[in-house]
Order: sequence, then structure tokens, then C-alpha cells
Amino acid sequence: MGYPHKSHPKETVVLSQYFGDAEARTYDGWVKRGGYQALQKVLGMTPVEVTDVVKASGLRGRGGAGFPTGLKWSFMPKEKSKPHYLCCNADESEPGTFKDREIMRWTPHALIEGCAIAQLAIQAEVCFIYIRGEFTDPWAVMEKAVEEAYAKGTLGANAMGSGKRIDMHLHRGAGAYICGEETALMNSIEGKRGNPRIKPPFPAAQGLFALPTTINNVETLAAVPHIINRGADWYKALCLSNPKSVGTKLFSVCGHVQKPGNYEITLGYPLKDLIYDMCGGVLKGRTLKACIPGGSSVPFLNREESEGCLLDYEGCVAAGSMLGSAGCIVFDDSADMVYQTMRLAKFYAHESCAQCTQCREGTAWTVRILQKILDGDGTSKDLDLLLDLADQMTGKTICVLSDSCAAPVVSGIKKFRGEFEAYLKGARRAQVAVA
Amino acid sequence: MSAHDTAPHTPVFTGVVRAKLDVVLARYPTKRAGLLPALWMVQEARGWISDDAMAEVAQVLELTPAYVKGVATFYTMYHLHPVGKHFVQVCTTTPCNICGAEGVAEAFLKHTGCGDLGATSPDGKWTVIEVECLGACGFPTPVLVNDDFLENVTAEKVPEIVKKYSA
Ligand SMILES: Cc1cc2nc3c(=O)[nH]c(=O)nc-3n(C[C@H](O)[C@H](O)[C@H](O)COP(=O)(O)O)c2cc1C
Ligand code: SF4
Ligand code: FES
Repeated sequence: MGYPHKSHPKETVVLSQYFGDAEARTYDGWVKRGGYQALQKVLGMTPVEVTDVVKASGLRGRGGAGFPTGLKWSFMPKEKSKPHYLCCNADESEPGTFKDREIMRWTPHALIEGCAIAQLAIQAEVCFIYIRGEFTDPWAVMEKAVEEAYAKGTLGANAMGSGKRIDMHLHRGAGAYICGEETALMNSIEGKRGNPRIKPPFPAAQGLFALPTTINNVETLAAVPHIINRGADWYKALCLSNPKSVGTKLFSVCGHVQKPGNYEITLGYPLKDLIYDMCGGVLKGRTLKACIPGGSSVPFLNREESEGCLLDYEGCVAAGSMLGSAGCIVFDDSADMVYQTMRLAKFYAHESCAQCTQCREGTAWTVRILQKILDGDGTSKDLDLLLDLADQMTGKTICVLSDSCAAPVVSGIKKFRGEFEAYLKGARRAQVAVA
Repeated sequence: MSAHDTAPHTPVFTGVVRAKLDVVLARYPTKRAGLLPALWMVQEARGWISDDAMAEVAQVLELTPAYVKGVATFYTMYHLHPVGKHFVQVCTTTPCNICGAEGVAEAFLKHTGCGDLGATSPDGKWTVIEVECLGACGFPTPVLVNDDFLENVTAEKVPEIVKKYSA
């Protein structure tokens, strides 16, 4: 449902069914709604059987990269010779994205159940749920839910009377976007600076505490109990366009729309309908100028591209962007694209972990050049310089934060060049767009 | 707890706080992994994290003070200087920015008497900073006042909020 709005009839409500329903937050309320049946079922299955169901469902990671979840689980060692870990990525910090927050605030037990099932599939007795430090409300809800699940014997040394151990702990971040990157997150749990690690080794071989680890996003894990309950075929059939993109997906829509919020759609749904129908369109008297469909790390789409875009992994690429984390940022004609490009670059400059020269210097330099243009001191060479710099920042660093900074710059200049040129000609002065 | 606690350091990890840390430490195979939780505990107890407190954390977790400082400075939410009693974080990243977030930050600076971002008001009550995305972009502008997460804050609502916390 489009919390804080009522569910739109065209939504496919699976994960968001109980958003806004306070009783669903409690253990008993969750059980009343069918909760923990999937876990019960999985306790009677082998790890390979569970993994195979998730593989067959076609579920792909909802944290940004879209990697097939069952396949990721299958990379974990089958013969367990040392402890395994599960990390749940609840660091949600990608500008435009606010779906994991809603899952944790309203359906904490869906996440706990999903984590527990994943733990059984990868043979991890311990799961750490890494929640960003600013998420005080989700933390409180999750803390209570985990306590309750322990008290009911669903978690602990003898989970649901199965004789199997399932432990789950919350770990609080402390303000660093980069800790959402999987290896930075592991370093952060280990009590280190949140620097991404060079891969390989991959987490399934050497992850948290150098032990075999799987990391999944909140939304990915929350989808798992539904797949176990209703079957892989049911999930796979949720598809409106490309068969490689299946299931439902929460889209966080923000910016210049009448009704911002989370909307759950079947993959392949048109972006045009999400904006104009579900979200009630842009503000009165305004027109759509641009949209970032997948969180700030993916390229801008202009109006035409947005209106032709189908929301799945392949459709977003075909339109000229990426599905990413499905944080959909909508800009109407009042937005100053030069200023907003600078503001996005500033985000990445602030969040760079500073390990790689291209990223540390490149993000900061990008901001300085854009600021110079905004101040009216830019020259025609600056746009070429920005593009050249973006090229140097792409595909050359330990993680893709550097590439993420380049994406809005390159697409911004390409798609809204006229606005940049207006600044260069002195025809425009920096102004902050207001709603 | 006083946010302006600059008195000589007294140990944080005694009694219940030490017991709380021990519960947390039992979850991890290394003591080092207790570092972020331990720093949070210091901040909760003292309002900020002094060099002396970092030295205590280092001793408790068998790390060096320099290591602790290196980690503490990486994360933006740890206060390494005293801050106002009410610590205000306003998101001004793009999605909130296009919905008027900069006006919200300005209104807080004006109505709290802080004047500048990061500065503490003369009465010691307020510090206001701009932060990057708070993960609630559909509720512009989200604002954290200490641990209270406020949604849909507009510049017009700021005087009322300041009044409420000042009471
Ligand atoms: C800079 C950066 C930030 C990221 N932030 C997040 C995040 O906040 N939440 C998340 O789930 N994944 C984030 N990711 C993706 C993770 O590295 C990882 O791919 C994901 O958690 C895997 O889970 P999934 O397979 O279920 O999607 C980020 C990646 C990068 C490079
Ligand atoms: S690309 Fe940037 S954020 Fe990523 S590891 Fe390198 S310096 Fe750190
Ligand atoms: S941009 Fe303000 S909360 Fe995300």
C-alpha cells in the first residue's frame, strides 16, 4: 500500500499488506496474519531444498544490484567446517529510498522470519541486522520484535522446538552511507572504519570475521516467507514484462509528486502510471521534467524517457537508467537541474570513504566545478572537464560509489545541457527550487 | 546527563553500563566488534565522546586510543565535541531539497538562535546541522531532534517545534 496513503487498486500488495496496521507489529498479531508458518515449514527442509525454492522463484536482490538471491545463497559452503553468518542490510541511505524503513516499522516479524529462513538455508546460526544509526523508530520496533521472538522460543537455542539454533542481533550504524556497501558493512560490524574491501575474496568465502557470509537487503529477506508459503511458481508468475524480472517491488516515490510514499507493484509496471496514476501526478500547474527511477546513484531520465520506462531491471536500462534500489525521485519543471546535480555530487563527496584517489579527489572536484558554474564563473571547457572527470571516476575504484557520483553528472549534462549552458552564458543565476 | 559535561572524566563502563556492554560483547567473536556499540553507550551516558572516554573504550576493548579515534572520526553521528541539549539534524539532500528543506534548516537556525550550522546556541540548548538523506524522503522534510524522528516538517512548523522542546 502507498503508506501513508490507502492502497491503490493497481498495486500488488504482498510486502506492504500490513503497513499502517499496528497490531501486525506484535508477535501474536503477526502469527494471526499467517506469520511464522513459512519458518515452521523450512525447519523441516534441508538447506539445499530451501535454496532451490528461492532459486526457482526468480527473486533478485532488492538492495540495488539485482543479483539472484538463491544463487547467492548457493555460493555458501555446503560442508560446514566453521561458523557462517547472515548479514541483513538495513543501512538504507540511498537518496530517494525509504522502503526498508517501512518494512521494519510495520512488519518487523516479516523481516525476522525472512532472516531466520535465510539462516537455515545458508547454515548460519547468527544473523546481524545492521540498521543505520538515524533509524531510531525502526530500531525500537525491531528491538521489541526480536525480544518477543526470543521470548516465544521462535529464536534462540531451540528455535520453534526444532533443536536448531537461530540467533539474531541488531547492530547500530553511526552515520556513513558507505556502510551500505556490503564489505564496508562487515568492516563496520567488526569495529573498523567503513571502508569497502577489495574483492575477491567474496563474502561467501571470507566475509564477516573472515568467515563465510551472505548479505541481503531487508526487502529481499522480507519477500522470502511469502515465496515459501505460496511457492516459487506463484512468485515467478508475478511479471508484467521481462521474465528475468519477477515479483513485487516497493517503489519509494518522492520529490514533486502529489502523493509521495511507498507503492508496491509487480515488476514491469509503467513508470508513467506510477507517477501520474498512483502518485496523483506532479504538483498542480507543473509538468514533469525528470525522474531518477532507482535512487540517486542511477542516471536521470528526461520526461520522454520516463514516460516510456517499464519498471523492471531490464526496462530501466532500456530507458537509459537502472532500477537500483527503486527510490524514484521526481522533478517537475521548477527544478534547477544544475543545482540538483551539484547537490547530488555533494552527497557523494561527503560520503566517499576516501580510500581511492579517483573517488576522493574526483567527487570533491566535481562539486567545485559545478559550484563554479552555479556562481556564474564557468566556461565552456568546464562541461568537458566534468565529463572527462566522470570518465576517470567510472569503473576504476574499489566500490561503485565513485561511479554513482558520475552517473547524475553525465546524464545531467547530456539530458539537460541547455540548463548548464544557460549558466555558462550568464543567462541564469543559481536559485533554489521550491516546492 | 549533561550535554555540556566537560568535568574530568569518570569511567563510563561500570555497573549497569559495563553489564550492558558485556551482553553485547558476547555476540561477537572479537572484542573489537564491540567498538561501535561502546561508543554509542558513551554518547548516551555523556552526551558526547571525549578523548578521555575514547581512551577508556580503548582500554576496555584492548585497542589503542589512536585506533578508537580513527574509527570514531569516520562516523558522523558520534559527537567528538559537546553539542547543544537538543541536537537537530535536517536532511537537505536532493529529494528533500526540491521540497524546501533548505528553508527548514534556515528556520531552525533562526528560531533556535544558533545562527550558524554546527554552532551551539548561546544558551547551550541547541545545535543545528544539515545532514545527508535520512532515508525518509517521502516525508519531506525529515528532521531528527536527538532521537525523535519528525516527518513532514515545513519552515512554518519550525517555531512550534522549537517552542515544544524549549518548554
Ligand atoms: C555505495 C553503496 C551503498 C549501498 N547501500 C546499500 C544500502 O543502503 N542497502 C542495501 O541493501 N544495499 C546497499 N548496497 C548494495 C549492497 O552492497 C549489497 O549489494 C546488497 O546489500 C546485497 O543484498 P541483495 O542481494 O539482497 O540486494 C550499496 C552498495 C554500494 C556500492
Ligand atoms: S570508490 Fe569511493 S567510497 Fe568506494 S572504496 Fe573507493 S573511495 Fe571508498
Ligand atoms: S533526501 Fe531527505 S530523507 Fe532522503
